[in-house]
Amino acid sequence: MITVRIPSAMRGLTDGAAHVEVEGMTVREALDALVVRHPALGARLFDDQGKVRRFVNLYVGEDDIRFSEGLDTAVPEGGTLSILPAVAGG
Amino acid sequence: MTTYLQGLTCRECGARYPAEARSACEECFGPLEPTYDLEAIRAAVSRETIAAGPASMWRYQAFLPAERDPEVDLGDGFTPLRRARRLGAELGLPNLYVKDETRNPTHSFKDRVVSVAVTKARELGFETVACASTGNLAHAVAAHAAAAGMDAVTFVPTGLESGKLAATAVYGARLVEVDGTYDEVNRLCGEAADEYPWAFVNVNLRPYYAEGSKTIAYETAEQLGWRAPDHVVVPVASGALLVRVAKAFRDLRAVGLLDEEPSVRVSGAQGVGCSPVATAFAQGADDVRPVRTPTTIARSLAIGDPADGMYALREARESGGAVEAATDAEIVEAVGLLARTEGIFTETAGGVTVAVLGKLAARGVIRPDETVVAYVTGMGLKTLEAYGERFRPAATIRPRLEALAAFLGDGARKGAA
Ligand SMILES: Cc1ncc(COP(=O)(O)O)c(C=O)c1O
Ligand SMILES: [Zn+2]
Repeated sequence: MITVRIPSAMRGLTDGAAHVEVEGMTVREALDALVVRHPALGARLFDDQGKVRRFVNLYVGEDDIRFSEGLDTAVPEGGTLSILPAVAGG
Repeated sequence: MTTYLQGLTCRECGARYPAEARSACEECFGPLEPTYDLEAIRAAVSRETIAAGPASMWRYQAFLPAERDPEVDLGDGFTPLRRARRLGAELGLPNLYVKDETRNPTHSFKDRVVSVAVTKARELGFETVACASTGNLAHAVAAHAAAAGMDAVTFVPTGLESGKLAATAVYGARLVEVDGTYDEVNRLCGEAADEYPWAFVNVNLRPYYAEGSKTIAYETAEQLGWRAPDHVVVPVASGALLVRVAKAFRDLRAVGLLDEEPSVRVSGAQGVGCSPVATAFAQGADDVRPVRTPTTIARSLAIGDPADGMYALREARESGGAVEAATDAEIVEAVGLLARTEGIFTETAGGVTVAVLGKLAARGVIRPDETVVAYVTGMGLKTLEAYGERFRPAATIRPRLEALAAFLGDGARKGAA
């Protein structure tokens, strides 16, 4: 089981849930399982080519998946996958 | 006084939202921007009404998403635009100006963004303001919150300069060091903003916060006699300042405050150890690849994953500017050069800007015929550690004339040949 953290900007599509539990070994599998559960999330997370949208950041535990294997990054059993909009400014 | 704010609009997909605390578009996660009734601004605002306004950035209230709150405005902005003749002579730029942002209440341009964000936070009924910061923002948030009687919680990466930490904690703000990079602090704050009833100035209030940056450009045009410069050099961390400066000159023309269509070449400046935008510029790439572990001494600019990076890259490219990076040694040299020639002591970010200004001038990217404005965005007393032994006393002597004479040598005395 993996816990996916849903940002407030997407909770309208998860019936308000801040966390969703799914099965999966990788980020891709976890997100696919999430989209099966909440189909409307699909278009928010991925573009037409199936790539993660530019303003969607994904973290496994503390780590940004862009610094690991991207969607193929492994998610440990019991781990957390966090979805966040990209905002920054010092 | 009224605001001309209409609401928030997604920069990517155009979805519209009411003017509330919100960090991203629900449709596409894109960044949100306030939109204004430009026709109404054009009808109500003139050079005269602006000149009659307060001696702070709030003279441009018509272009801001809130009404001025006198308890929040510490006299933010409206900093001097200095004709930099001596620095210009060194760099071969006879029409050079420096916008001296060290003169802000907390000594960096971040007072501008915070002034807007804290005003908005109060208006929306928040009691606590918060931020993810590379240092200057935390300082500005802490000071404005104290002045407004609000609580502040500020998050910074470990390893910041001690001056910035003290200058934040002194106001009674809760200052939390996070063991990680700025981008990790930012990520934590992105999650925390969903869990705590706080106004994170650069997360859920970011659309308002970023607007404060525009005032640096409005002032520049007013101080040049209602003309836009030909070229500006802007330090880049998240890229928000650069993007807003570029937009602000266009705004002025749109409401009729500039007689001519501005054509401002916008150049960006980063530190070599954290230069994702400069790297993308050099490579001709469309995407900005994040830097995992920044190493520049310009800690205030050490954002490896700049949210506005792609937009900053575009503004620089499309305006005919450049984005260039400076090494640590070049940064320190430029700090000394600016101080020696203009009497302005800047923090490392200003060193980045002046170093890049010099490099672009040397390469002919910035031309001698251009009216150039360099944005010196923060004060040197806040980054003393970064200068190490570079700026030190010339000697330590006993309080005796003989000791002074021994140090100075004979030639310096009155009447010496
Ligand atoms: C002194 C100074 N200059 C420039 C910047 C860059 O600002 P931005 O994040 O809008 O690019 C910062 C950001 O922290 C800063 O502290
Ligand atoms: Zn959108």
